[in-house]
Amino acid sequence: MSEALEAQQKTNPQGDPITSVAAPKSDGKKDPHADAKRQKIVTPEYMFHEAPRTKEFITGSEAAKEAIRRSNVDLAVAYPITPQSETMQLVGVLYGEGYVKEYYRGEEEVGVMAAIAGGSRSGVRCFTATAGPGTLRGMEGIASWPGHRLPAVAMFTCRVVNAPLAIQPDNIEVAYLLNCGMIVFHAENQQDMFDFIMAGFAISEKNDVTLPVGVCCDGFFVTHARGYVRMQDRGIKLPPREAWRGAVPVLDAENPPARLSRDAPVQKSNFMAYNIHAVWQQEVWAAVERSRKYISKYMGGMLTAENVEGADAVIIASGSACAQSREAVRLCKEKGLNVGLIKVRSLRPFPTQELRQLCGKVKLIVVPEFNYVGWLAKEVATAIYGYSKAKIIGGPRVYGGQSMPVELIVDEVESGLTGKKSTNVALSSIMGGAVNPDEVAHFMRSI
Amino acid sequence: MSLDYVKFSNGFEKFMPKEYRDMVEHGPFGKKVSVSQMGSFKEVLEEHPMCAGCAMTLFIRLAMIAFPNPEDTITVGTAGCGRLAISQAAIPFVYGNYGDQNGVASGLSRGLRLRFGDKPKDVVVMAGDGGTADIGFQQVLHSWFRKERFTTIMLDNEVYGNTGGQESGMTNRGAVLKMAPLGKKFEKMDMVQMAKVAGCAYVATVVPNNPRRVESVIKKAVLIAREVGSTYIQAYTSCNIEYAIPTDKVMEDAKTVENDRYAFSEYVSDEAKQYLTERYGYKEFLSKPATPAAIPSKA
Repeated sequence: MSEALEAQQKTNPQGDPITSVAAPKSDGKKDPHADAKRQKIVTPEYMFHEAPRTKEFITGSEAAKEAIRRSNVDLAVAYPITPQSETMQLVGVLYGEGYVKEYYRGEEEVGVMAAIAGGSRSGVRCFTATAGPGTLRGMEGIASWPGHRLPAVAMFTCRVVNAPLAIQPDNIEVAYLLNCGMIVFHAENQQDMFDFIMAGFAISEKNDVTLPVGVCCDGFFVTHARGYVRMQDRGIKLPPREAWRGAVPVLDAENPPARLSRDAPVQKSNFMAYNIHAVWQQEVWAAVERSRKYISKYMGGMLTAENVEGADAVIIASGSACAQSREAVRLCKEKGLNVGLIKVRSLRPFPTQELRQLCGKVKLIVVPEFNYVGWLAKEVATAIYGYSKAKIIGGPRVYGGQSMPVELIVDEVESGLTGKKSTNVALSSIMGGAVNPDEVAHFMRSI
Repeated sequence: MSLDYVKFSNGFEKFMPKEYRDMVEHGPFGKKVSVSQMGSFKEVLEEHPMCAGCAMTLFIRLAMIAFPNPEDTITVGTAGCGRLAISQAAIPFVYGNYGDQNGVASGLSRGLRLRFGDKPKDVVVMAGDGGTADIGFQQVLHSWFRKERFTTIMLDNEVYGNTGGQESGMTNRGAVLKMAPLGKKFEKMDMVQMAKVAGCAYVATVVPNNPRRVESVIKKAVLIAREVGSTYIQAYTSCNIEYAIPTDKVMEDAKTVENDRYAFSEYVSDEAKQYLTERYGYKEFLSKPATPAAIPSKA
């Protein structure tokens, strides 16, 4: 045991040059943190709207890494889970290069989400990422961040969560995140991944928001596939988090602590306790509402609409389903059908007013999704209820790792327009439109 | 800097409540106070909703007096009786989720180091036996293996007191409690040994009926955690309700338990000994001077 152990060479069975970057070697001359130290701080406005961008062909995980490089992140906590692992190990590379100041691999997701809560309370900018079962394992912590008013950005590379255990893409976990009180974005592609993460930090730390932001994407489709991403120069970064700016004081013993963190009056069983908890919840969701203006400012809006005016039918989608829908729109055009596309980018807050306005005269809405339960279709139906007479087809849906053939979406548009019975979407998932007593009866039987 | 928030803005003195004025004028912030001076200064924890005769409360009071820099200390806890008192102290307290205290403290202490560098910001975890050895076990052990620089204190009443008296991992074998209707079937968990295996730089067991000793171990643990690594204190803080100990016999019980299974023990790593000696002038770890006869006299 007298010999010092030699540094182990990392084997690289997959031969992937991107994910196996070794910690930068110090030859005694070049400072491994030199490039990071040279980064210049720019305003969010310059970063998002003015800075020149160049295009690169990279994976979603690499896009997330490049977003973190430019986001002035203090603390990142990692724990591996497919398909997220690559993202957080790339953030580890950034730590080696000095772009991220503090980083470690946590014990598992409950511990990781706790550490993010601790880091955010200390007043530093925090980032983590997880997926599927990791999201649900960490959910107690994640669901507590908004109530503790903790700014941070978490990335969810969605995958199957339910038994039997599988690692395939499926965005069912978003349904759980929607009710936490956090801000939730859904990225369609690598470019969204890059933009939403960076904007997420800026929005999360606004005084009248002070909430965590979740950036979701469909695992593998976005994380492992390559796409063109237009990025600002790596020599610039966002301003650091200003700890004093939050709606609730950070716990650094420099400020009087927030009363809620000192006392536990909410745990008593009396009217005041209930009232305190109630107004606190109201305030969390009011903060979600207040984030709308910043989403408009930094991300250009909660949704994008293409060819909706005067369309025969409109497809409403989020995440990877948007890419499939865009292709479906093209196929429909070839068949002489004029179909529009609404891409929902922000799920919390939800673009309720925008959808009411856009869908007022629409006759048919098709909502394709990568999950069984159809959380987006329910959100859309709830939002436009009473504002649109459109028939809403909650489907097609694929799950458990299935891909979504574009023809499935085209079929729904065609059958929806002709009144032909769909073979892929259950009657119970068809909402709105003219009331058909048989359909209602079927719905009542199936709930 | 942090002392500023416990001072009055000019002109506001006479409008502040007496409690607050006492804290500013006679509190421990920015001063050196000791348990031997109890009664002569305003403690950071005085009023609390704990049961009459609660030994845990006495221990928490003593621990807070012992904090070397109370004005730059943040406590972290979890569900349990202890937080009902800890949250009432004039020290910022993080009450997070169930059993997540050592995970929160990991992120908190690392973040504070990023922001404040060498300026001490002491993070002290105080949680019960259930919070530490059961639900928080994984995060506790991993924070120790990672050598996270904060102090973990277990308030061990050997039962889930706050939820009404259920068996915990720290309950003694054979004890009949709720959820252990036939008596606990396995031994009290040896967290002290686990702390040593996991690489804690300082591990001590205490009971609250020796205030000077409590003060001494808390001070050492917090100081060592500033630079050397994780520190762990396991304190017997009986639950006189669930174990039906008469209020006037609580200290007697602590003495009995001390003799039975809670003898004072203290492990200090060599690095921690050197650190306390060189940085804070501790003399107790200096090697004993050799007897004069052994020193060869100079001719």
